[in-house]
Parts: sequence; structure tokens; C-alpha cells
Amino acid sequence: MSYLRENRAAAAAILAALAFLLIGVGRGEAAVVLRKAVTICMECIGLG
Amino acid sequence: MGKWTGAVKRRLRTWVQVCFTALSNGYAAGFVQGTVWRGDSKAICVPGLNCYSCPGALGSCPIGAFQSVISSRNYHFTFYVTGFLILVGAVCGRFVCGWLCPFGLVQDLLHKIPFFRKLRKLPGDRWLRFLKYAILAGFVIILPLTVLDVAGQGQPWFCKYICPSGTLFAGLPLIGTTPALQGALGWLFTWKAAVLAALLLLSIPVYRPFCRYLCPLGAIYGLFNPIALYRFRIDKTKCTECGDCRQACKLDIPVHRTPNSPECIRCGDCRRACPNGALCLAAERRKEAPES
Repeated sequence: MSYLRENRAAAAAILAALAFLLIGVGRGEAAVVLRKAVTICMECIGLG
Repeated sequence: MGKWTGAVKRRLRTWVQVCFTALSNGYAAGFVQGTVWRGDSKAICVPGLNCYSCPGALGSCPIGAFQSVISSRNYHFTFYVTGFLILVGAVCGRFVCGWLCPFGLVQDLLHKIPFFRKLRKLPGDRWLRFLKYAILAGFVIILPLTVLDVAGQGQPWFCKYICPSGTLFAGLPLIGTTPALQGALGWLFTWKAAVLAALLLLSIPVYRPFCRYLCPLGAIYGLFNPIALYRFRIDKTKCTECGDCRQACKLDIPVHRTPNSPECIRCGDCRRACPNGALCLAAERRKEAPES
């Protein structure tokens, strides 16, 4: 319990992060990331 | 036995960096064939600055993923990538920078090259450190959100104009193995190659110049250093303010005063250097001293 008390900020941030992750997956954002990541990113490799 | 343990401890971080880089870029066929991994694991971000166009990459770069979602037509904010960044930051802060980032590994290895004069920092270091926050705000957030094409789509400005990790791990291997891409080289590649070359050369006399002054991912994780589960504390009953920690710190952080500086990449050199064992992890059981 004292560990949680000493790490309140981190615990709150982790809970918020998990909620954000769930919301993001629900909105279909992971699919957007996947779509971009499975093709060669011309901007990333310096070809614009 | 003690000598061997000390040697292992000193090299442990390098081995962790090498192994994690190899694991997260394990699609070896990509380097041979000039392709990228197309599996579903690419929907998941890796913690470090690891370009998703690296032929071996099995996951996505969080900064690239962030820009790709916010620059798309349908989203102006990304809960998914923001949540990932907060999660990693809150758990371990810039530990990622020190132990898991492939481009951090490259800079570490280059800094081992002997040089007649190593610099503890660049002139203007105090102000240069804020540049990474400006890059985060401008190139990662504002420009991809606001500069749109006729279809309402933005661009990944950081990836396109700055990211040396993308040039090194993605650009060079792909262009080297694909003649069709070689024909498309232009001023942009020349610019990015120049940025990469400058940073690689600067890494020899200066420790981690990209991480200190330019990396937007480090800028984000660094904000969490003071609160992350993996953070340091000073045992004030043992600290004599001798300054050995600062001397050992290759980033010139006064660790005895700011053990959780946003600049700290958690390499642990300060903890090994402390003659009194005053620097410990906040998670280690406290005995008597108040927390700093």
C-alpha cells in the first residue's frame, strides 16, 4: 500500500495510459499504424 | 570472481541494447530482399526510436506512429500512441534511451572511439537542451496536424526532414538493395544523409548528441523521469556531495542534486561511481533516510 502511495503519480499515469490504449484501439488507430508500417515509408527513407 | 562480475556489470547495458535491437529488428530476410515485415506485430510500437521502415523492424516507431495517426484524415489526436508513450514513460522514463534504443546504441558505440579531446557538452548546452522540445512541438505535433495536402492528409515532418535513425536503419539498407529506389534519390536524401553523418561524427567527441539536443522521444520520456516507477533517490545519510556521480555522468548531470533529471538516460554509471552507495532505486526498501 505504501508503495502505491509513494508512486501515486506513476500509478495514475499508468491507469490513464491503459485507458488511452483501449480507447485508441477501439477507434481503429492501431489499424492506421499497421497500414502505414507495412509499406515502405518514402518520407522516412529520404525519398519524400 | 569480483573482477568478472564488475566486467559483466559494465558491459551489461551494451549487451541488453544489442540483444533488444536484434530482437526488435529480427526480420533478417528484409535486409536481403529489400522489403519490410508486413505482419500484425507492426501495429504495436516498440519503445525506442526504431523506424518501421527498417527492413528488419517487427514493430513500429512511436514517433512515426504518432505522426501517421494525427496526420491522417480521420484523426487529430492519437489515444493509442499517446497511451503507449505515457505507459512506457510512467514505468521507466528514459530507461528506454539508455538500454533499449537502437540509435542510442549506435551513439554509445561511436563514443567509445578514441578522440584527442572528448567534450562533456557542446557550447550553449543549457539552451540546446530545449531544442528537442521545440522539435517535438513543431515537427512531431504542429506541422503534421496543420500542413495538409488537397486530400486533407499531413506528412510525418520529423521522419521526413530530421530522423537520423530512419536514414541509418531504413534508408541506407533499402536504397542499397533496391535499384528502383536509387533512381529516386534527390536533395531530401542528401539532406538527411548529411544530418545523419553530422550526428554520427559528433557522437565521437560528444556523448549522445542526438539524445541530448534533438530527440523528441527522449523529450517525452524525460518528462516522466521524476515520477516513473524506475527512478533514483539519494540517501541523504550517505551522500557526502563528493561529486563523483557528476564526474561519472557522461551527460554532466549533477546527480546528487537532481537524481531524476529529464536529461538522465538511466545508464547507471553514477550509481557505480558513488563511493558511499548513496544512489539507489526509489523502489528499493528505504531504511531510515527521507526521500529526496
